Amino acid sequence: MNWSLWAVIVGMAVVTFAIRYTLFGLGGRLRFSPRVQQALRHVPVAVLTAIVVPMVLLPDGQHWDLSWRNPWLAGALTSAALALGTRKLLAAIAGGMAVYLLWRFGLA
Amino acid sequence: MTSISSPSPHPAGRSTEFLLGARDTLPLLLGAAPFGLIFGALASASPLGIVGALGMSALVFAGSAQFIALSLLGTGASALVVVFTTLVVNLRHLLYAASLQPQMARLPQRWRVLLAFWLTDETYAAVHHRYAHDDGAPFKHWYTAGSGAAMYANWLGWTAVGAFLGQASPALTHLGLEFALVATFVGIVAPLLRERPSIAVALTAAVVALAARDLPYKLGLMLAAFAGVAVGVWMDGRRRLQAAGDPR
Repeated sequence: MNWSLWAVIVGMAVVTFAIRYTLFGLGGRLRFSPRVQQALRHVPVAVLTAIVVPMVLLPDGQHWDLSWRNPWLAGALTSAALALGTRKLLAAIAGGMAVYLLWRFGLA
Repeated sequence: MTSISSPSPHPAGRSTEFLLGARDTLPLLLGAAPFGLIFGALASASPLGIVGALGMSALVFAGSAQFIALSLLGTGASALVVVFTTLVVNLRHLLYAASLQPQMARLPQRWRVLLAFWLTDETYAAVHHRYAHDDGAPFKHWYTAGSGAAMYANWLGWTAVGAFLGQASPALTHLGLEFALVATFVGIVAPLLRERPSIAVALTAAVVALAARDLPYKLGLMLAAFAGVAVGVWMDGRRRLQAAGDPR
């Protein structure tokens, strides 16, 4: 591995740590108003949904696949149903994976 | 079987908190495992090799950014583009950090450095339940450390397994394990969709992410996140107005 790839890794490490550390490091010197804090409660739902939905509905990144044969869609719906029904994250992950793999390799 | 939504309520010592944090992160470890495995396999087959795969997991420790970097490097993107994309994709951690900041202000800097390095989607999901549970326990940072240490060891371990298996049998990269990321994120989000503002946030983020998916540098992701949060704030404001106008 050459030095330019190490430069990429170190650069990624620096920006990632800077993002994670800046507010912790400042401690109480930078405070958010209650309204901003309330806004922050919506962040996980917004970000994780924005990551997942395009992966599920356009598995190849180009074409929509809204059919029931789409393993990504079937697996994601299973995970959502199990998470809501059982409140157990492990059940949601394992069940979704099982349906995904079944659809992908069983139905193909 | 444990659930991250029900941390033990009793005030606990350092090692107990550490172990509780690791235990409550267990389901998330299983979700991250295939993801680490497939990253290791793909990265070790790329110019990064085994050393680069392990180096990236050890120093960056950010799964989705690592995957995106890998695909960018595969298309011959420059170092600057890869680093900038990492910045954009990981900006969401700024918002996690803001949410946990009140608890960090009491801690010495070395703790803040450590817990910042270990801040991931999964540890945030496990830990913010613990902090929302206001029981005045004095060693909650050990809980966070337990969750972070477990995630870190898990991520490094599965990257290593993937890197060695990937070199031995390249077929591993076609197993479809990349779905583990989706299953984990769906499992975290679905139970949060209990109230109307949260559902509106998710729908907005989904629609904007789909509409803006072709923007460069994953900017569509950030746009979708901010649009979702904006709608959530607007819905919260409307609710407050309705509550104030209601003469109960």
